[in-house]
Amino acid sequence: MLRFILGLVGLGFVGVLLISFFVTTADYFSNPPEPTAEEEFHHHAKELHLASDGPFGQFDEKQLQRGFQVYKEVCAACHGLSLVAFRDLEALGYNEAEVKAIADQWAIQVPTTNEETGETATRKALPADRFPSPYPNEIAARAANNNAFPPDLSLITKARHGGAAYIYSLLTGYEKQQSAELVRKFPAAKTPQGLYYNPYFPNLNLAMPPPITTNGQVTYAPGNPPPTVDQIAKDVTAFLVWTAEPKLENRHRAGLAVAIFLLIATIIAYLAYRNIWATHKAKVRVTGPLEPQNIAKSQIAKDQEGVAG
Amino acid sequence: MSFAWAKPYEPKSAFGRWIDARLPLPRLVYGAVGGGYPVPRNLNYWWNFGVLAGVFLTIQIVTGIVLAMWYYSSVDGAFNSVEHIMRDVNAGWALRYIHMNGASFFFIVTYIHIFRGIYYGSYKAPRELVWMLGLVIYLLMMATAFMGYVLPWGQMSYWGAQVITGFFSAFPLVGEPLRIWLLGGYAPDQATLTRFFSLHYLLPFVIAGVVILHIWALHIPGSSNPTGVDIKEERDTLPFHPFYTAKDGWFGAAVLLVFALFTYFAPNFLGHPDNYIPANPLATPAEIVPEWYFWPFYAILRAFTVDFILPAKLWGVLAMFASILLLFFLPWLDNSAVRSGSYRPLFKRFFWILVVNLILLGWAGGRAATPVVIAVSQLATAYYFAHFLIILPLISKFERPLPLPDSISTSALHGERSETAPAGITRPSATTATPAE
Repeated sequence: MLRFILGLVGLGFVGVLLISFFVTTADYFSNPPEPTAEEEFHHHAKELHLASDGPFGQFDEKQLQRGFQVYKEVCAACHGLSLVAFRDLEALGYNEAEVKAIADQWAIQVPTTNEETGETATRKALPADRFPSPYPNEIAARAANNNAFPPDLSLITKARHGGAAYIYSLLTGYEKQQSAELVRKFPAAKTPQGLYYNPYFPNLNLAMPPPITTNGQVTYAPGNPPPTVDQIAKDVTAFLVWTAEPKLENRHRAGLAVAIFLLIATIIAYLAYRNIWATHKAKVRVTGPLEPQNIAKSQIAKDQEGVAG
Repeated sequence: MSFAWAKPYEPKSAFGRWIDARLPLPRLVYGAVGGGYPVPRNLNYWWNFGVLAGVFLTIQIVTGIVLAMWYYSSVDGAFNSVEHIMRDVNAGWALRYIHMNGASFFFIVTYIHIFRGIYYGSYKAPRELVWMLGLVIYLLMMATAFMGYVLPWGQMSYWGAQVITGFFSAFPLVGEPLRIWLLGGYAPDQATLTRFFSLHYLLPFVIAGVVILHIWALHIPGSSNPTGVDIKEERDTLPFHPFYTAKDGWFGAAVLLVFALFTYFAPNFLGHPDNYIPANPLATPAEIVPEWYFWPFYAILRAFTVDFILPAKLWGVLAMFASILLLFFLPWLDNSAVRSGSYRPLFKRFFWILVVNLILLGWAGGRAATPVVIAVSQLATAYYFAHFLIILPLISKFERPLPLPDSISTSALHGERSETAPAGITRPSATTATPAE
């Protein structure tokens, strides 16, 4: 009785699903979904290789310093870095005095309260401060950016599909004009006034103007590679990998130690297991006569030959 | 606990005897997971995953307790407190990544454990309650994992909470008040976060309690085995310790190695990037997907697209709950007297179709809802219900199972020097002379 009732329940679900399936497929064929500009013109992220890639990857300090310089001179005007503190920059190879100077000379000041009047005020940043945001709040940020909100960059390489490669592709992927084909096929996807065409951006049209436009836009200290657009984009991406995952090097080092430890533990434990089971090893032979298939075969053979048993 | 030849506990020291007379805890442990628990000698590696689930539960509880010392359950502070753990707390990044990936691995080993039970008929008499308690653990795990995912208060946390609690509003009349009662408001907010944190801390201990019942119920008939044949005599079994502790030990270390590779070298592989964006109630993400272990259920939910008598959304929610609840009836849906799938040719085939079907459902649940994905989830969901509610009872009625071995030891020990095969079976003939087939 229970099986009968449950079988009816099953039939009910299956029936409704099959009706749904036929409606879905009929709808699909009678009314096929229109292709979208994003489907056709969106590009997947370019390949990007950084020193921090792979299980043994470590940061390239010089590159992170260059990337920090790019952030400071190009990105920081609009994008915050609110999860990173100035003191964290010591991981990039700056000493305490340098970090103090960087914080002291930071263009944006830290909000505070006037000790005497109680009014809101600002002061110079200290190493213990996190990077102050360029705008006091989201409304101010939108007002200054044509109603677009520049996201905080602290976690950006972990917060987008495609990760660091996506950020690098976006920075280097702007195109001056949409292809004539796109405009012809999808007139609605034409880049509106105030947006910029970038096939690496999921919606194709992006509010951020191209941030890195010319070779030499940032001047690197002597001894660094020439600041081409590509190099600048790579460097700032490497820096943003660090801001998103400052403990990456610790993680890789610890991971290696843990993996080696567990590998040795596995081997020793396996040998112990073999030793303990040595006299009791009792395996069914894979093709042994007692395997169900073989018993069945011998049964058939016996039946054919008319042997009892 | 129930076999005549189970070795009784004998304290070896004076202190041991003193304790044993007052609080026989060592005796309990000895009988449960020590030398006093006889286990079938022929268990294969699929039997290791129950212990592994216990290992991951322990890892989750330990890392979770420490994380809670730093986590701050406020809508303004939760996201930043997690990042504080990742950046400034000593080894905080390790704790957090272990906890994050530990949840996924807890589900991986639990899913393998469940499928082992389905294949080998471990849910059948006399182990129905073992199976049902296991399902209770699984339900508690799902609730715990869902609430844990909300705690970092990222975009996917927030919108996941919004969507999943939204299921309840599909029920007529009581639905909307129920949803508001669960959330503590009209949308996920501070009240939601605080209660989810409270319950996320509580439920793992409830799970631990049900685990004890699960093991207790298991120890009454003893463990099942790949032949599905009952234990008959002493030579069918080996003591749990040292034989299975050794086997669990090395296999557990190997699984922990895989776990470490994920945790340390690809910690975000199983996560979603949107959860690194702080929750924003005003911006809906382009795609809302749950964690991978819920994908099959998400596919079932989205498979219903037609208002047939009931609204499509209600069908989806009912089917999602039904898909788990029906597993409680599995011991009675599958009526075959033979436990192990190895001796059930028809059952075995449908079992593998079910596995492929569930992978398909998972695939469909993790993707954006295009017509093709929806069509696949509709067919796969239909098969899921048909498999358990229609096909399985029919198989057990019409299938002719293969002959079973007389006992575990004839099956397991055959081929060893000391044993001889039962007469009549190895007799050479045209069809059995080539065993390599």
